[in-house]
Amino acid sequence: MLKLESISKTFNPGTVNEKVAIKGLSLHLKKGDFATIIGSNGAGKSTMFNAICGDFLTDSGAVILDGKDITFMPQHTRARQIGRLYQDPMRGSAPGMTILENLALAAGKGGWLSFITRSEKQAFAEQLARLDIGLEDRMDHPVGLLSGGQRQALTLLMATINPPKLLLLDEHTAALDPATAEKVLKLTREIVEEHKITTLMITHNMEDALRMGNRTLMMDSGNIVIDVEGETRDNLTVSDLLEQFKAGAGKEMLNDRILLQK
Amino acid sequence: MSIYLSLGQTALELGLMCSLTVLALFLSYSMLNVCDLSTDGCFTLGAAVGAVVALSGHPILSIFAAMLAGMCSGFITALMQTKMGIDSLLSGIIVNTGLYSINIAIMGGSSLLNMNKTTTVFTMVKDLLKDTPLASMSVLIVALLAVILVVVFLNFFLKTRLGLAIRATGNNPDMVKSSSIDPAFTTIIGLCVANAFTGLSGVLLSQSQKSVDINIGQGMVTMALASLLIGGTIVARGSIMKRAMGVVLGSFIFRLVYTIALRFHMPAFMLKLVSSVIVVLAIFLPYLKKQWPNIQRRMNHGKKGGR
Repeated sequence: MLKLESISKTFNPGTVNEKVAIKGLSLHLKKGDFATIIGSNGAGKSTMFNAICGDFLTDSGAVILDGKDITFMPQHTRARQIGRLYQDPMRGSAPGMTILENLALAAGKGGWLSFITRSEKQAFAEQLARLDIGLEDRMDHPVGLLSGGQRQALTLLMATINPPKLLLLDEHTAALDPATAEKVLKLTREIVEEHKITTLMITHNMEDALRMGNRTLMMDSGNIVIDVEGETRDNLTVSDLLEQFKAGAGKEMLNDRILLQK
Repeated sequence: MSIYLSLGQTALELGLMCSLTVLALFLSYSMLNVCDLSTDGCFTLGAAVGAVVALSGHPILSIFAAMLAGMCSGFITALMQTKMGIDSLLSGIIVNTGLYSINIAIMGGSSLLNMNKTTTVFTMVKDLLKDTPLASMSVLIVALLAVILVVVFLNFFLKTRLGLAIRATGNNPDMVKSSSIDPAFTTIIGLCVANAFTGLSGVLLSQSQKSVDINIGQGMVTMALASLLIGGTIVARGSIMKRAMGVVLGSFIFRLVYTIALRFHMPAFMLKLVSSVIVVLAIFLPYLKKQWPNIQRRMNHGKKGGR
């Protein structure tokens, strides 16, 4: 479904702030793959997402989605096939607009000059009800009044309302309290499974990394250093993973957030 | 009594005609979050184009020509900020400067055009209402009709998918990009529509005054912002329709205050200072209100028992 062919990106080339963010990274995701990604800060996880979404043009290499080369496709055109959630729950929805209006924009049905129809509203209400957080009764409330967890759940629905070919989750539960995070993760799993969406999920929670999905990638210094799936992965524990990282990257995976969650 | 009535009518007429510019800013400033500083020049552009077309004998066409001219000006401003990497404030200022020359060129090299004997929409309505009690209200009727049309249009437009996209562009550009909408496209459409209203505002004001001066639009953006912010304090939230009507009301209140001040012998040249002060206060007061607890905390800190 997604193929990255040795993509590279260097920020501020030729200056003192030069930073090689990703270096010859290749990845092949099969249709329906749900891969979790771990790695210390600055490993290039988010940069890889940005490259896939077209936030910037990669220095070299190609991005291929569903057999189509999208390396030079503008960001908003790719967005039709790629859903994305950020760590910040505020980033994915417009606070000054109502839940209904946000959903209508995400769904993008009808022509530019069409209005939200009654049947559309009904359909949105049904989908909101499935989130089971009472949003279906508040469709005319501005999104700015929702809590972080509610907003992230709504963003998840918005990103998948037209099931995308690829879903990118960038630590989308990191800013939520544990109970809410668990709920959003459960929703994520349900939605991804229902539509069989190919998914990449960055997380700092090693348990989640092994528990969710069918494949785990570990990144370091702009490349993928560990890629496990199947039986090997099923038998893997968090400490195995940390040890493997040490062997693969030649250093400890030092990160307070990861250590705290061990 | 009648003098107050006529004062009120003047304020209402001016308020309504200028409220079209305020509605333009409602779209560009409140919705799209772009402070369009080309407003002054665009207002004059509408007035100049409208005058030239009316002088050549096409009063109805002059209205649409002025709106089209405004739309072109908005298109260029939007193009500069979305496709040419020019900062949005700067592109407004640049277009505004350029429009000064264009406006004089449109008026045939002169800085003043007289429409004393020209047929305009106002004279047409006046002729139509001759011998009825409404004859003295022709300006008011035309202005009111224009405002109603624009408010109703905005109410529907901002609820369409395009309108929602325009609002989201101002509210959260990140989200717009990830909903597969090109923010450049929504900015261009939004500024075109907004500036069409600014042009309409210009042509109506100049034709009701029967003359165009090159400085007719000067300070318009500040006056419109003042009205917009007054309207925003009256109707802070609610539906688009309510907020748009609040904005028109804000424009009327601004003109009313100004007309009353003139009545009390405030010199006419003070208008622009008054509008500047209103804008400053309207933005500063909510800011002060937010900061007030901190200031209080600071003041109490040194005092006994305040620690």
